[in-house]
Amino acid sequence: MAMTGVLRPGFAQVRVLDMEKSLDHYIKRIGMHHVTTGTDGRVYLKCGDEFDHHSLVLRKADHAGIDAFAFKVASEADLDSFEKRVIAYGYPVDHVAAGEQPGLGRRIGWTLSSGHRIELYAHADLSDPKPMIHNPDVWTVEPHGMGARRMDHCLLYGPDIEKTLDFFEKVLDFKCAERVDMPDGLLAIWMSCGMKAHDIAFVKHPEPGKLHHVSFELESWADVGHAGDIITRYDISVDIGPTRHGITRGQTIYFFDPSGNRCEVFAGGYTYYPDSPTRTWDETQIGKGIFYYERQLNAAFLSVVT
Amino acid sequence: MAASHKITVEGAGEATCYEGERALVAMERAQGFGRLKNLPYRLPVGCRRGGCGVCRVRVTAGEFKADPMSRAHISEADEAAGLVLSCAIYPLSDIELRIEPPHFVKKAKTAATESQETA
Ligand code: FES
Ligand SMILES: [Fe+2]
Repeated sequence: MAMTGVLRPGFAQVRVLDMEKSLDHYIKRIGMHHVTTGTDGRVYLKCGDEFDHHSLVLRKADHAGIDAFAFKVASEADLDSFEKRVIAYGYPVDHVAAGEQPGLGRRIGWTLSSGHRIELYAHADLSDPKPMIHNPDVWTVEPHGMGARRMDHCLLYGPDIEKTLDFFEKVLDFKCAERVDMPDGLLAIWMSCGMKAHDIAFVKHPEPGKLHHVSFELESWADVGHAGDIITRYDISVDIGPTRHGITRGQTIYFFDPSGNRCEVFAGGYTYYPDSPTRTWDETQIGKGIFYYERQLNAAFLSVVT
Repeated sequence: MAASHKITVEGAGEATCYEGERALVAMERAQGFGRLKNLPYRLPVGCRRGGCGVCRVRVTAGEFKADPMSRAHISEADEAAGLVLSCAIYPLSDIELRIEPPHFVKKAKTAATESQETA
């Protein structure tokens, strides 16, 4: 399939209460690499299997949560055409100059009715470490910690997700891989811009702009087990897992960063094709959809967000 | 075994909190041992790291030290009035507290106003 338009998740900018503890968490434990620290104190991190400059931005703030989630698009022309389409849909678009984040070109951004800021950009410098491209070894720098290979997706909580689904399908050309419908309406959506089961997901929630988790991909189920060992060894606050999601089929652990932002590491998940029918879940099986082995939601799933 | 302090949870029971331990973690363990038997609901536990706000309590007596807590959930005025996130406090003496879970719907700053702070 030709990949055009929105290629993939680019970066998440997350607010943290304590930068030093957060760097230990994302670098030593999850296994990311420090790329650079900006003059305003924001810190730019990447995973070892990513080419682009960075995939996580940490900003020190007095409260936790997410500032923005950004996607990379294929070309500058795509950026211009998406800007027109977003405006035509009714969201005002603003511009962020190239270099506002080191290593990135110009960005466009807007706020969804769910309260979340989404950004698009077409250019990212490469940074080290990155995968080799000639006679490539499986990694350039030996994986450490949980060995996260990439920042993979996020799950956001906010109101009005019917409109968010409509917007991502009509304006950004995403497909809905899975959805949960409750007797009182749509509860959750998992949407893909490529061939992963999801690149972004939303759950209906009364308070706008909330973060449920940012997720990092690991190579295997064995790596998910190793991540579980690290979580206990370093007394990281765990939410649930190792377990599996029925939705997307990912093998997973949910845990918290030192500011209370939920992180996920996961492996697996099915391949999504753009002509795959949307998989649907109802109230009777939602527990199995979210946590396949426990077959029920834990108390934190619908209520604990930052 | 490390030194410990007693946490009296109003209307629910008592927990033993060891030196350097988060009050919420001690309360979770006490619940597991059946020592918070008069608590009418499950102890609200979320991130255990001062970010999500579900573990809010009002400390009515005793000394503690605290980690940074999300200002989205505990304002400076709240803190002055004894409202804290129990996962972010470490008792330094015996303490007494009342569980006061937040209500979740309130006027939140949106992501848009947040990111302008960085521009
Ligand atoms: S459990 Fe999240 S703030 Fe205490
Ligand atoms: Fe996830």
